[in-house]
Parts: sequence; C-alpha cells; structure tokens
Amino acid sequence: MSNVGIVLISHSPKVVEGIKDIIRQVIHNVPIELAGGTEDDEIGTSVDKIQQAINRAHNEKGVLLLFDLGSAMMNAELAVELSDYDNIKVAENVPLLEGAYVAAVESGLGKSIDEVLESAKACLDL
Amino acid sequence: MLLTVQDSINWIRLTNGKVQENREYLTTLDQAIGDGDHGINMSRGFNEVMSKVHVSEYETVAEVFKDVAMTLISKVGGASGPLYGTAFLKMSTALKGNGKEVDFTSFTNAIDEGLKGIVMRGKAKEGDKTMIDVWAPVLKLLKESEEVDPEQLAVTAKVAVEATKHIKATKGRAAYLGDRSIEHIDPGAMSSYYLFEALAEVLST
Repeated sequence: MSNVGIVLISHSPKVVEGIKDIIRQVIHNVPIELAGGTEDDEIGTSVDKIQQAINRAHNEKGVLLLFDLGSAMMNAELAVELSDYDNIKVAENVPLLEGAYVAAVESGLGKSIDEVLESAKACLDL
Repeated sequence: MLLTVQDSINWIRLTNGKVQENREYLTTLDQAIGDGDHGINMSRGFNEVMSKVHVSEYETVAEVFKDVAMTLISKVGGASGPLYGTAFLKMSTALKGNGKEVDFTSFTNAIDEGLKGIVMRGKAKEGDKTMIDVWAPVLKLLKESEEVDPEQLAVTAKVAVEATKHIKATKGRAAYLGDRSIEHIDPGAMSSYYLFEALAEVLST
C-alpha cells in the first residue's frame, strides 16, 4: 500500500533540502522528491526538474506539488499539463514548509490525495 | 499580410538581438522592482532558442513557435520562461491548421490565444503592471485593423510599455513593493515591447 507522493518546489535547492530534513525526522513512509533551483542549481525553478521529481514520487495514490514563489507555481502547473499522469495536484495558496509537513503527516496515514490537499490548505489553522 | 516560416524565424532572430543588446537594461529594470534576473533569463532563453532554430528545418510557422515555446519552458528558470513559453505554445496550437504562411486573421487569432495563455499562466489581468499591459493593446490594435501598419504596431507597443511606469504592481514579485513599484517600467512589459518592435520590423520589410 503506497502513500501520496509529495514534490517540493522552491527557487532554492537548499530550501527544499531543509524542509525534507525536517519532515524526515518524523515521517519515513511517504515519497518526498525535490525540485529546487534551476537546471544549474541557480535560483529559479525548472520544469524538467519538476517533471523528474513527479516521476520519482508517483504511485497509484497520486502526487501533490507544493511550491514557494511566483514562477514556481507557473512551472508546477506547466509540469502537470505536460505530464502523462492525471492524479497530480498543485497545492495553491499553501505555505511550502507548513503545508508540506502537514501533507506528509496526512499522506503517511494513508489518506487520499484530495484529503491530503485539504489538510495542507488548512495547515495554518492547526 | 503574410507571415512566412522565414519571417517567423526572422522575428525570433530580431527579438533575440534586442534582448541581447538590452540585457543589462532589463536587469536594471528588474532589480528595481523584481528579483533582478529578467535580463539574464531572457538572454539565456533566447540564446538557446536561436541554437535550436538554427539547426532545425521547419515546414510551418506553428513548428517554429513550438520549438521557441519548449526551449523557453525548459531553459528559463524565472517567470519569463513559463509565461513566454505558454504564449508561444498557444500561438503554435492556434496556427496548427496553417502551413508555410499565416494570414493576418490567423495571426491575430494566434496573438489572442497567446495572450490568453499568459493570462491563464500568470493569473494576472490588464492593469496589473505586467507584460499583459503590452500584449493587450497590441491585440486590440490588430483586432481593430484589417491590415498591419508596422509603424502603428511599434508605436502602440512603445506607448503601452511606457504607460506601465505609472501603474502600481499587483502581480508578481513587484507587488510586494506596493506604491514603491510606481515610477518604474515593468521589465516583462519591456521585453514584450522588444518582441513586438521586432515583429513590426519584420512586417515592414
């Protein structure tokens, strides 16, 4: 039984590495894949990196994408449109760190992608 | 007006020239109200586009635009990649039924679809101080005309980009600055001006 995969997208590779460290202290049974920075690991985001992360994180439960600023969302949406999978969702208006943490906890409990997304959206109310 | 495959390649080539020439200026504009990477991103993106277009053979204008789109999408790390990439992708799709040449009505429709793509991707609207503030007046001019007047096209784009100076940004990184974004030209609007200035030059030859 697999759990909803999570892809963390940030303008900085260090940001997503740090967030993954925080989550992994507690959650071990959820795929967490990173797409931080551009192709050259400069500040920015990369559609290719996001697509690769989606492919690594993917399973039959789906993948949830979380992102930080502006172009990260645009590239997340582009990656979803260009992907062959259909159970991928982008968490809009969700803070990256808090949202990813809550999403990982919920995913680890075996929840569906819609339930994971709902919880992530409400992460600041906890 | 007819836009041939060669015209469309010339359009991209002239745009690239302007982007490379004004790389520092675009960076300066973006440093004032954004994250300062617009010059570098556009320069790198269009360099890659030129490398791709130079080694490829094209049967249709739609194919040229598709390569422009996919290259910008995969090579540009800032917002300009997905925005211009989506615009050219939508333009390519709109022109799929056309062959080696594109007539004025089809081209206007393609610009319309391109703008819709930018609006969808950026979730912005006219008046937010973005590239839309150049694309929308250009589209309006095309829709109201029966022929392209290249000079009028260039002037319309020029007036539109200058007007972004007086707008308060409500989208993108500049929106965090609020009133401090006023009195600065939007960098994305400026690069869109180069795009349409280059188009006017292609159409006047």
